[in-house]
Amino acid sequence: MGLLSKKDANLILDPLADNNPITIQVLGICSALAITAELKASVVMSLSVLFVLGVGNVVISLLRNIIPSKIRIIVQLIVVATLVIVVDQVLKAFAYELSKTLAVFVGLIITNCIIMGRFEAFALGNGPWKSFLDGIGNALGYGVILVIVGFFRELLGSGTLFGIPVLGDPIAKTGLYSTGYENNGFMIIPPAALIVVGIIIWAQRSRNKALIEEA
Amino acid sequence: MNTEKNSYTVIFATVMVVIVGSLLAFLASGLRPRIDENERFEKQQNILYAMGVSQNEDAGSVNFIPTDVVEEEFSKYIKQQLVVVGSESKERDEAYLIDMKKQLNIIKNGDEAELPLFIGEKEGKQYYIIPMYGKGLWDAIWGFISLDENMVVQGVVFDHKGETPGLGSNIKLRFFMDDFTGESVLDGNRYAGISVVKGNNDPLNNDKEDNQVDALAGATITGNGVTAMIKETLKLYKPYLETIRTK
Repeated sequence: MGLLSKKDANLILDPLADNNPITIQVLGICSALAITAELKASVVMSLSVLFVLGVGNVVISLLRNIIPSKIRIIVQLIVVATLVIVVDQVLKAFAYELSKTLAVFVGLIITNCIIMGRFEAFALGNGPWKSFLDGIGNALGYGVILVIVGFFRELLGSGTLFGIPVLGDPIAKTGLYSTGYENNGFMIIPPAALIVVGIIIWAQRSRNKALIEEA
Repeated sequence: MNTEKNSYTVIFATVMVVIVGSLLAFLASGLRPRIDENERFEKQQNILYAMGVSQNEDAGSVNFIPTDVVEEEFSKYIKQQLVVVGSESKERDEAYLIDMKKQLNIIKNGDEAELPLFIGEKEGKQYYIIPMYGKGLWDAIWGFISLDENMVVQGVVFDHKGETPGLGSNIKLRFFMDDFTGESVLDGNRYAGISVVKGNNDPLNNDKEDNQVDALAGATITGNGVTAMIKETLKLYKPYLETIRTK
């Protein structure tokens, strides 16, 4: 990345792998379980968090010197909630169909612990540009895991990707289903997401032993 | 500047609330007309969809009439907009704007509500379209059901506020809604409605007389909500439906 210094580039790249908010910091698990039954929802959620975290981090960073520390959590919450409501209202007026897809995510974004976590841990102590990069990086790291989980859950659970059948027709028994293959109903329910996330954590830590915590 | 003083904290909080509050109020009132219009179009699209006026091509996705022509199509197909009180009905313009949720609250308080009902006509056939409102797993679910004189479902449309994506939210997909078409809501003379059931040995839904459709995996509560919603709605409209029923 020629545009960014090495330090700035790391703000984006670190959360994608060795400091991933879901697999290393174990934040944002709740939404990773709730909405990854299909790939489309995973992508929409990732983009929403990308926007809110990117802008929110900048706002908090700009205010960092004037926020009274006693009420900083409340201030952070107000910033997230305001951003989410603004996005929701604008979409409702100008992109109604999209807003209906997003409706269920709005509440989940406000309560997403990654957002509060980054405000608290990073934006309160760093400048706006760095905070922006940190927000984007963490949102991407979150999104990558969501998309991976969504991919496997939708493929194995429903035999579709983005709602398009890719393994044949399970009722008419065409494609892969003609060999006796069945969709795995377990993948549709939330515990399956925990197992997929667990496998990702396992794979990541066996590749990079430095990530394993001392017991 | 000492940001730790109590007075500063109070002032900061006050200023912040005023700024954020006015920003949101300004935005909400500015965008209100556009949002209202979108919601109005959506209702018209849903009512038309329930009577089979849509842009659906073979199997797959749900395609409503586009918003730019929906008003025209709505006045073309919907011949009468009624409000029903008991078995009586009278015509009312723009009855489709009546909020079902409010009417259900009126009924809950023991008062007489005005229930909207729409009569559509397509290729010489009459459709009686009834709005529904109920509860899913997380939040409200609603929709429209259209019946003919024999109390056979001609089409349904469902929507929801916050059902789980990929599970309960699938009530608004084609494969689920299409199953209802052709089912009778009668069981003998009883308004049994249509139940969403698991393992009914009829996943392809060939039996149209069993008052059942196949459930969605992983969405039991939402499915039960749909069952209850249809049943409750039929109970409310039964006196009127008796007057138009021919079978």
